[in-house]
Amino acid sequence: MTRWGMVIDLDRCTGCGACEVACKSENNVATVSPEQADLGRAFAWMKVITQVEGDFPNTTMRFVPRPCMHCDNPPCVSVCPVAATYINAEGIVGQIYPRCIGCRYCANACPYTVKYFNWYAPQWPESEREYLNPDVSVRPKGVIEKCTFCHHRLQKAREEARANGRELSEADYQPACAEICPTGAIVFGDLENPLHRVHAQKHDPRAMRIMEELGTEPKVYYLAPRA
Amino acid sequence: MRSDVAAKLARLSRDEQTLLRPLVVTTPKFYLAAGVLGAIVAWGIFAYYMQVRYGLGRTGLNRPEYWGIYIIEFVFFIGISHAGTLISAILRVSKAEWRRAITRSAEFITVLVLGFGAIQPIIDLGRPDRLFNVFFHPQLRSPLLWDVMSIALYFTASTIYLYIPMIPDLAIIRDSGIKAPRFYGFLAAGYRDTPAQRARLERIIGVLAIVVIPIAVSVHTIIGWIFAMTLRPMWHSTIFGPYFVMGAIYSGIAAILIAMVILRRVYKLEEYFKPIHFDYMGRLLLLFSLLWFYFTFAEYLTAFYGGEPAEMRTFWAKLAGPFAVPFWAMVAGCVVIPLALMCRKATRTPRGTLIAGIAVVIGMWLERFNIVVPTSVNPRWELESLGRYMPSWVELSIMAATFAGFVLLYMVATKFFPIISIWEIKEGREQSVREVADRVAGYLPSPLPEAGD
Repeated sequence: MTRWGMVIDLDRCTGCGACEVACKSENNVATVSPEQADLGRAFAWMKVITQVEGDFPNTTMRFVPRPCMHCDNPPCVSVCPVAATYINAEGIVGQIYPRCIGCRYCANACPYTVKYFNWYAPQWPESEREYLNPDVSVRPKGVIEKCTFCHHRLQKAREEARANGRELSEADYQPACAEICPTGAIVFGDLENPLHRVHAQKHDPRAMRIMEELGTEPKVYYLAPRA
Repeated sequence: MRSDVAAKLARLSRDEQTLLRPLVVTTPKFYLAAGVLGAIVAWGIFAYYMQVRYGLGRTGLNRPEYWGIYIIEFVFFIGISHAGTLISAILRVSKAEWRRAITRSAEFITVLVLGFGAIQPIIDLGRPDRLFNVFFHPQLRSPLLWDVMSIALYFTASTIYLYIPMIPDLAIIRDSGIKAPRFYGFLAAGYRDTPAQRARLERIIGVLAIVVIPIAVSVHTIIGWIFAMTLRPMWHSTIFGPYFVMGAIYSGIAAILIAMVILRRVYKLEEYFKPIHFDYMGRLLLLFSLLWFYFTFAEYLTAFYGGEPAEMRTFWAKLAGPFAVPFWAMVAGCVVIPLALMCRKATRTPRGTLIAGIAVVIGMWLERFNIVVPTSVNPRWELESLGRYMPSWVELSIMAATFAGFVLLYMVATKFFPIISIWEIKEGREQSVREVADRVAGYLPSPLPEAGD
């Protein structure tokens, strides 16, 4: 049984933010004005969170890339009154934009705060408008959106593999963030498939998941920094 | 008042004259107040139009403050709605005779305020056009869907519970002919006050009074569960269901007291809302202020003692952080003021209960604020904290409009329906005095045989 998941090596992350940018352009994530961003209305399906540890002057900066955790027991799915948030058979948590009523209950239920709401109709700078990704639907105002592990890429990859008469390999399906990461910190694949790197990496002694104690069973693993 | 109406009114009994007068006499003050309230409602509708047109961005909401004024109002208004049905049902079932003058005005609060509460989550929706998806694609594990069902049931039940006990009064109005005979003829549904009809009516009221109690309890329990079922710090708490029900009844009693003082004044009902009624309702308010303190203390002590870091961020934000002012104002409004005023008989007067009632209503509004906002701005993942919420003019206008709309509708209702149950007062005079004497006698052991018998 396929369980798509991710392993992020925090030792390798340099905080460059390439994953954030790649995600934004891949998924037609809207751009908001600086004023709106100050209000807390910016979108970042993948966000590099900066964490400062220690007291001045002995401080370290840590970077934690944070996509949707794609929980196997997702709190957002059970609270949705109209089943607009769902988990599919392969463990990807998705959002049906044309069905969402915009109550934002899922956003409140998510312990990782990864759900974003379209407070206004989405906007892009003129230069970007022409280059919106035709594979990803543009959201209307008033609905929730979130990271989908670039699910549209999976559909494409699967069709290509089937057309060529071969099995889907790890390299066939990679979300934009994993593909772009210059240090290879983000590794993506099928957690249940021994041929995929994440299968072994999730058992690394450094592997941990965020708020594991909540029982949400996230499928994004982090490799804790060694020092 | 037209002279023929005046003549018809003069033929009625004294109770009927006093209680039906508001139906036929309307002062200029009433029109003035209705005009002002109507203007506020119109302004609120304009604000909502702006929100629908441009999006929820016109509110002060953001990430992680996904819920704000509308959800606070939702919990608050549905809470107030527990006034009527629950209080009147409990007083009926427990045969509290002093209820007779109070029940009708309380039941009207329930039915009218419930609608204003129920529209709040709809105002809060990003896509109100897709509202009916809750019927087309219901997802039964969602507490929000449980809520849709329980509120719909409660609205139906409490409307019936308001209407059925009003039928004899509607028949009185029909027979008196003072106003719109066809309208009241239709509503009175052929009621002629025959002994058989009366017996059937009393039986239905008896059943309804029992049925509405669990329904009312379920409504606010489920509203508490909407919060408690999430894993959010200070929301994920087993006490929330009962805590919300208790708080709802508390704010409901306060709302009835305010309504009673105003009605008594404007419609000169001093004969019906007597000091004894304020005294008894004041005692109920006292009881609930103590209960509120107990529940709140239990909730906060449990969170504090466990000391889980995620919980403590919200906890200290309330007690000594950015939300200290609303938190301690809530404590003053829900405990200090009502307790100080209601523990003495000398201040359980109409004026004293009015002050306490207003304090409790404000305090309970703040309680809902203190539940919704501090937890929202302190998400479990601390890295994400933004911690800001300032309601916009759109939200505040809609809030003002819902308050104004409720008062307006209540005022209009008093012009069409007697706000005190005429037949129940009459029944009290004619039957209950004797019945109660018999009942009390029945509680006692039968008299000892006298010496010499």
